[in-house]
Amino acid sequence: MAAPQTQSKLVRWIDRRLPIFTFLDHELNEYPTPKNLNYWWNFGSLAGIMLTIMIVTGIFLAMEYTPNTNLAFDSVERIMRAVNYGWLIRYIHMNGASFFFIVTYIHIFRGLYYGSYKEPRELLWMLGVVILLCMMATAFMGYVLPWGQMSYWGATVITNLFSAIPLVGNDIVTWLWGGFSVDNPTLNRFYALHYLLPFVILGVVGLHLMALHTHGSNNPLGIDRKGPQDSIPFHPYYTVKDMFGLAVFLIVFAVFVFYFPNALADPQNYIRANPLQTPPEIVPEWYFLPFYAMLRSVPDILFIKAKLAGVIAMFGSIGLLFILPWLDTSPVRSARFRPIYKWVFWLLVIDVLALGMVGAHRPEGMWIVIGRVGTLYYFFHFLILFPLIGIFERPLPLPTSISAAVTKGGGKLAGASAPMEKP
Amino acid sequence: MADTAHTGPMTSHDHDGGTRRDFLSIAATAVAGIGAACAAWPLVSSMNPARDTLSAGAPVDIDISKVQPGQQIIMLWRSRPIFIVNRTPAMQAIVKADKDAGQLRDPNSDNNQQPPYAKNVFRSVKPEYLVLVGICTHLGCIPEFVPQPGGTLGPSWEGGYFCPCHGSRYDLSGRVFQGVPAPYNLPVPPYHFVSGTMIRVGENPSNSTFDFNSIEQI
Repeated sequence: MAAPQTQSKLVRWIDRRLPIFTFLDHELNEYPTPKNLNYWWNFGSLAGIMLTIMIVTGIFLAMEYTPNTNLAFDSVERIMRAVNYGWLIRYIHMNGASFFFIVTYIHIFRGLYYGSYKEPRELLWMLGVVILLCMMATAFMGYVLPWGQMSYWGATVITNLFSAIPLVGNDIVTWLWGGFSVDNPTLNRFYALHYLLPFVILGVVGLHLMALHTHGSNNPLGIDRKGPQDSIPFHPYYTVKDMFGLAVFLIVFAVFVFYFPNALADPQNYIRANPLQTPPEIVPEWYFLPFYAMLRSVPDILFIKAKLAGVIAMFGSIGLLFILPWLDTSPVRSARFRPIYKWVFWLLVIDVLALGMVGAHRPEGMWIVIGRVGTLYYFFHFLILFPLIGIFERPLPLPTSISAAVTKGGGKLAGASAPMEKP
Repeated sequence: MADTAHTGPMTSHDHDGGTRRDFLSIAATAVAGIGAACAAWPLVSSMNPARDTLSAGAPVDIDISKVQPGQQIIMLWRSRPIFIVNRTPAMQAIVKADKDAGQLRDPNSDNNQQPPYAKNVFRSVKPEYLVLVGICTHLGCIPEFVPQPGGTLGPSWEGGYFCPCHGSRYDLSGRVFQGVPAPYNLPVPPYHFVSGTMIRVGENPSNSTFDFNSIEQI
């Protein structure tokens, strides 16, 4: 905790009164990080950088945007055509949402593969789920703002989910709308909340980092650090690795922003919202497709109507993640040493991708079947397989320490059998 | 605060599990909680429809003299689409024949999705004129009017409404079919005939006190 070694009198003067330099030194220079982190550990910091990019571009877009049903669509077109670099700022923001979700989803699946949600990181994981929920709300409301056809009808479909709640459903929906349908009051409040929620996310990210720094990062071996030989300081070793990952990531991001800015967008949203004309097909943004598929897949179950059942499945699929640390009964964190889970993990990846495809298609023919099987498997995976595998699986012997595994070839062997570790 | 009371000298007064300080702490917390709830009330309430939005929901008069048999017109009431169909005798016959078929979720309109004066097989005041709120009871899309039997909706299709969003189907009086995501029949708004060719949507006939907000699902 000693103040950083510096000759600057000013730094020392400030640090004695407000120890920010000590704090930074402690959390970056001294902060011991496992020496064996692979590139899958880059995605947390990438998500943080995406959040920053979204907030910065969002603030500048807000300076030009008008939240009124008569003016919103035109104000976005004005940003695209008349505002200096407006097209660039908006395309960064628009594609940024997609890339924010890409890195976040990879970050989540990394946690699932290496057991990063297990003791003592349960709260760290749960805070992450809170961040995911806030991100989803923010992205949904942001998509409404341009007031195109998909904005309007997406908002209509999603707000109507709440009408499935027995007794008070209709009143809640009217309250959400502030009227009898999605209209000007709805647009205004969505704009206010779309501006607010990113800062809520920023706050929860702060807590997420506090929880992270309490026990430090998990690592590909999933075993605890046992001493100084197992770790290296975060700075400069992982700052430089994060910077390299960021450079690669930004190249991919820039390719989309500059060459395929609308590849991930729906052309329907360049048509002004029309409350009397439902588009031929309402599809959410790609990052919501698996959840959308679950919403549409569930049939009537006993006395629960399909609509309510679908809503329960959709929210349940994320709610489930909160109790994940207690559903997994295996004491071993990393899938490297879990011969059954290592393969079952990929079934979940395939399942979620398949559900994403279902969400992109009309619920007809085989898509209904795949949707139902996929939804069923998702819940089966977490609620049945997770507890059972932990009980029946015989984990491989764990290395004695990170250092032993990394320097004496133990990690190499395990790494060769698990394709995920190769960056 | 309550904890310090237990460790302090006041513990000796702790006959029945609580001290005066505990009582004061609980009472103060309760008052603060109620105060916070009262302060939140205007904020929550402000998000409900404002006065001008409510007054924009007044009844509207719609002229139906030019609606041809088999044709549908769409008007707005409370910024919601209102479907008005002039059903041909053939359409009315289909609606009547549907009644006993087990394909409908609610063939007799038992769910409160219409005023009592429209609780009949035609779900309307006059058999020929169908008046519906054109919003799918699944997730609020606008169903398409597909009056022609057959076609892309299959050989069993006898005409009705098809929702393009999630494939819900309704018959020619807005009754929902089994096996689709929509749970209820399309709602019928309060309305009455001002004259033979003019209907007023949003207002009951003088002998009814039906409250549109009481319906199951819009």
